Amino acid sequence: MEYSISTFEKLLQACSSENKKIYEIMQEKEAYDFEISVEEVRAKILKNINAMKEAIVSGLTSKEMSFSGLCGDDTNKLKEKYKKSPALFGNLFEKITTFALATIEENLRMNKIVACPTAGSCGIVPAVIIALAQEKDITEEDEINALITAGTIGYIISSKIAMAGAVAGCQAECGVASAMSAAAAVQLLGGSNEQIINGATLALKNILGLTCDPVGGLVEIPCVKRNAFLAVHAITATELVLANVESKIPPDEVIDAMVQTGQLMSPLLKETSMGGLATTKTGKAINKCLESKKQK
Amino acid sequence: MKQRSLFDVISPIMIGPSSSHTAGAVRLGLMAKNIYKEKPKKVTFRLYNSFAQTGKGHGTDKGLLAGLLGFNVDSEEIKNIYNSEKAKSIKYNYEFEQNIDKHPNAVDFILEGDINMTISGNSVGAGNIEIVKIDDFATKISGELNTLLLFYKDKPGMISQVSTLIQNENINIASLECDRNARGKTASMCICLDSKIPENIIENIQNIEDVYFVRNIKKLEA
Repeated sequence: MEYSISTFEKLLQACSSENKKIYEIMQEKEAYDFEISVEEVRAKILKNINAMKEAIVSGLTSKEMSFSGLCGDDTNKLKEKYKKSPALFGNLFEKITTFALATIEENLRMNKIVACPTAGSCGIVPAVIIALAQEKDITEEDEINALITAGTIGYIISSKIAMAGAVAGCQAECGVASAMSAAAAVQLLGGSNEQIINGATLALKNILGLTCDPVGGLVEIPCVKRNAFLAVHAITATELVLANVESKIPPDEVIDAMVQTGQLMSPLLKETSMGGLATTKTGKAINKCLESKKQK
Repeated sequence: MKQRSLFDVISPIMIGPSSSHTAGAVRLGLMAKNIYKEKPKKVTFRLYNSFAQTGKGHGTDKGLLAGLLGFNVDSEEIKNIYNSEKAKSIKYNYEFEQNIDKHPNAVDFILEGDINMTISGNSVGAGNIEIVKIDDFATKISGELNTLLLFYKDKPGMISQVSTLIQNENINIASLECDRNARGKTASMCICLDSKIPENIIENIQNIEDVYFVRNIKKLEA
């Protein structure tokens, strides 16, 4: 079907007039726009889910450090900790944090990941969907529905702003990934279309102003740990939404606020490594080390 | 304008760590391969600005080479590309420069072989790329559509001759850009098409008087 879903308002209108879930509208739109079948759209989504799972499996067993030598062993540390004492908030928390770290560490090792929405935020959506699916015995079809739901959120936000730290800081990378994940989690747990969008909105509201200040310009510090933090962030939004807590600011207005915040954000904090963590005393020292390593 | 897709925010399945500095670099290499067509004997990669500064930590150097050798963004060869057999069969080196007139993520492929050619491109974000210059001519090639590239003598009637041949095949032209180095000298034409161009058309275009060079540039895989 030909749908125009450039805003959350339009998406909800399409859902209610057709009496369909968000993922159904999106998969039909994608099929229409690219002259393929809904089955082909779902097969492509499944291919991405499988690649996400492979990255998690491989990341859970590797201790290989990145080229810079700065990152790569956090997943293993967390796994060791959980062996000794379980996560404070249970199995789901344990899986989400380790899966997010496992994926983003595969990324910095130059192994295969799925950009979602970007490579630097690749750990968040897979961690939430796959951890929940494992814990709640969710079927592959439901995983596909969840990832399409997540993608719909990213699709709408990216119609207003490019998914790049250089454009809007980390709001547009890990922040959006967290909003996408909240939507996916609410879908997996049987929430309504309104609750799905509300989940994304709550997650997004609480990352406004998040900067992109990577040390040495690398997708390592603070990106690796941030993937774990913002995966958990999505679960906070999910819990609130399932308790019928609502965002007082409508979703499309929250995106407007995010765009404005991105515009107001200093260029020093938008992927240039000229401010924030990148230019702390230690950040600069690390950068100096990297420079000398590059010469070799 | 590009049709937006669900898969703009989910995918590509790629080798990390950066969509602009790794996947974008591979896709620039693939485009350079599609444009140059032959296997080069030697290539110099000249990296600018952010590509030069942070490229090494992102595997930009490896990505550019892997793409030029025909590996896709999800190829596990990228990480160890310097040890691959294909990489050993050509000579390559890297230069690093700062140039504020260039895009933050810019690269020149200086290719030497049966013909010499310099291809300049930018990684413009989220793995998207553009080829902005081939030798002395401005181009606009994103790799999203099949593209026909021509160098020819700047004179009246060339565009209509070429477009007639394309029209006869019932192929739709999505965009057309021309550039020239001076009136009456050499000009370039970049035509993006909605479908694949049959080889016999390329031959017919090649046979138009004063057409010096034709390339049928395949679009990149999504």
